[in-house]
Amino acid sequence: MAEINEIIKPENLVYAKSKVLTDNVMSYCPGCTHGVVHKLIAEVIEEMDIQEKTIGVCPVGCSVLAYNFLDIDWQQAAHGRAPAVATAVARLKPEKIVFAYQGDGDLASIGTAEIIHACNRGENMVVIFINNGIYGMTGGQMAPTTLEGMPTSTSPYGRDIKMTGHPLRITELIAQLPGTNFVTRQAAHTPASVRKCKKAIRKAFDNVAAKKGTSFIEVVSTCSSGWKLSPVKSNEWMVEHMFPFYKLGDLKDE
Amino acid sequence: MAEYRLMKGNEVIAEAAIRFGCDGYFGYPITPQSEIMETLMLRKPWEETGMVVLQAESEVAAINMVYGGAACGKKVLTSSSSPGISLKQEGITYIAGAELPCVIVNVVRGGPGLGTIQPAQSDYFQAVKGGGHGDYRLIVLAPASVQEMNDFVGLGFDLAFKYRNPVMILSDGVIGQMMEKVQLGDFKPRWTDAEIIKMHGSWATTGKTPDRKHNIITSLELDSYRQEKFNHKLTAKYKTISENEVRFEEISCEDAEYLFIAYGSSSRICQKAIELARAKGIKVGLLRPITLFPYPTKKIQSMLSKLKGILAVEMSAGQMVEDVRLAVEGKVPVEHFGRFGGVIPTPNEVVQALEEQIIKRK
Repeated sequence: MAEINEIIKPENLVYAKSKVLTDNVMSYCPGCTHGVVHKLIAEVIEEMDIQEKTIGVCPVGCSVLAYNFLDIDWQQAAHGRAPAVATAVARLKPEKIVFAYQGDGDLASIGTAEIIHACNRGENMVVIFINNGIYGMTGGQMAPTTLEGMPTSTSPYGRDIKMTGHPLRITELIAQLPGTNFVTRQAAHTPASVRKCKKAIRKAFDNVAAKKGTSFIEVVSTCSSGWKLSPVKSNEWMVEHMFPFYKLGDLKDE
Repeated sequence: MAEYRLMKGNEVIAEAAIRFGCDGYFGYPITPQSEIMETLMLRKPWEETGMVVLQAESEVAAINMVYGGAACGKKVLTSSSSPGISLKQEGITYIAGAELPCVIVNVVRGGPGLGTIQPAQSDYFQAVKGGGHGDYRLIVLAPASVQEMNDFVGLGFDLAFKYRNPVMILSDGVIGQMMEKVQLGDFKPRWTDAEIIKMHGSWATTGKTPDRKHNIITSLELDSYRQEKFNHKLTAKYKTISENEVRFEEISCEDAEYLFIAYGSSSRICQKAIELARAKGIKVGLLRPITLFPYPTKKIQSMLSKLKGILAVEMSAGQMVEDVRLAVEGKVPVEHFGRFGGVIPTPNEVVQALEEQIIKRK
């Protein structure tokens, strides 16, 4: 005990949980990307000292409970509607920094109209888009982003593109819209990619603070439970199959 | 100095919103209510009061913008007509479930489906009984004049914030499109951020400060026992509203043996029908519910001892009449008369219906 107390000293501190993260136990599965991205957003908010200024809008999906994990004011939106909800916050509270946090079913399927139009209007907001190619919360159904041949509970023999269409690279569409100023695709599966992802999130929040319009960050993610793979295998599968189709990097940076 | 103008019902909704210090309007065009957003865009209130006006990409987006604005403690408004109001139902139930204040205007047209662009009162069930999923109620105000279109914007916001509940102004294509003299309200400044924090800082997303816990606007509750507890809380709120906010108007009821019950433009037609009927010696009066939820159930019950029969007159195939029958509990005859699908009944038709369905009833 005495030895530990010798070590727990401020000068020895190399890492601390962000003060913007609450002490609630996260509801995410082991290996889930949500937890990492939550942490990055919390760190960015803390570093920018904007806890009082930030309003988050969370979706329907696994991250519906994001409001339990970041100690900021939150609005929980109906499925797919976060960009519309955040539009009103951005317009009526222009002094605030608003971000919408959405999954791929939420953003790229049921909420396609809302995200396209919010980005096209250039609403002054950050959009964080977690793309794991599957509906996690409802138990692993096919998403618009599910890769060809990928098995899910509603495409048990693999996604047949003749029947269900092609996986949707919505971020490429978003990048075409003049309202967006920063559109990037990131990952958060290695220390290096986590650092890059955090840089992108920081840039997006800086852009909104500078009233530059919409900054859009896709994070290519895993869903161990939905994919029925271990967290380590999920990361390997993501690198092998997701990255070739969802290529990482900036699509637009103005 | 009172300010009078000749205005359309729809136009006055826009003017009243600006004057009442409304913070935001989010809408989508649909006949017969497009003049509301058109008037706002012409008036440019963002230059005058800072009010935000935005044409959304859909009714669905518009009502979710209302959700976002209301969650900030702002006075926000949307308007539509029947098919558009159907699209808004998802957002409305979320707003009710998150206990957010807002005003929603429905300038009703005939349905179902795309229906007609002509006036109707066929959205009563949707407005009063639910519309969206789950156990919730809207406070429903039924204007019968352009003046009430003006007055109910302010009343609507007052009630919405008093109870943290969505309010619907259930108008129709007649009231929305007709022009009448209206006394406009005085200009009230929009609430400042400091005022909003003082009044609504306990729940609204005004930005988390060190002196309070973070505010979360949500309608999600994963624990069924806690959800039930919340449903009980809502039910208690609706009971309080029912006890305190019933509004109605009585016309020629003192000596009435027969009663019309009608709201909105139907009540205007009934007023003429009363003149025609009384000229024939029929002692008939009118009870006009102003609030449709809460409904003037007790008022109807208090009138029954003097009545020989009631005719519910509405521009629907028979919706409000069910609430009349629930109040009357079979004690006097209750019949429904309606023209619908965009057809407006004439006063003579209403008198004829009273005579044939109630007075000559065997």
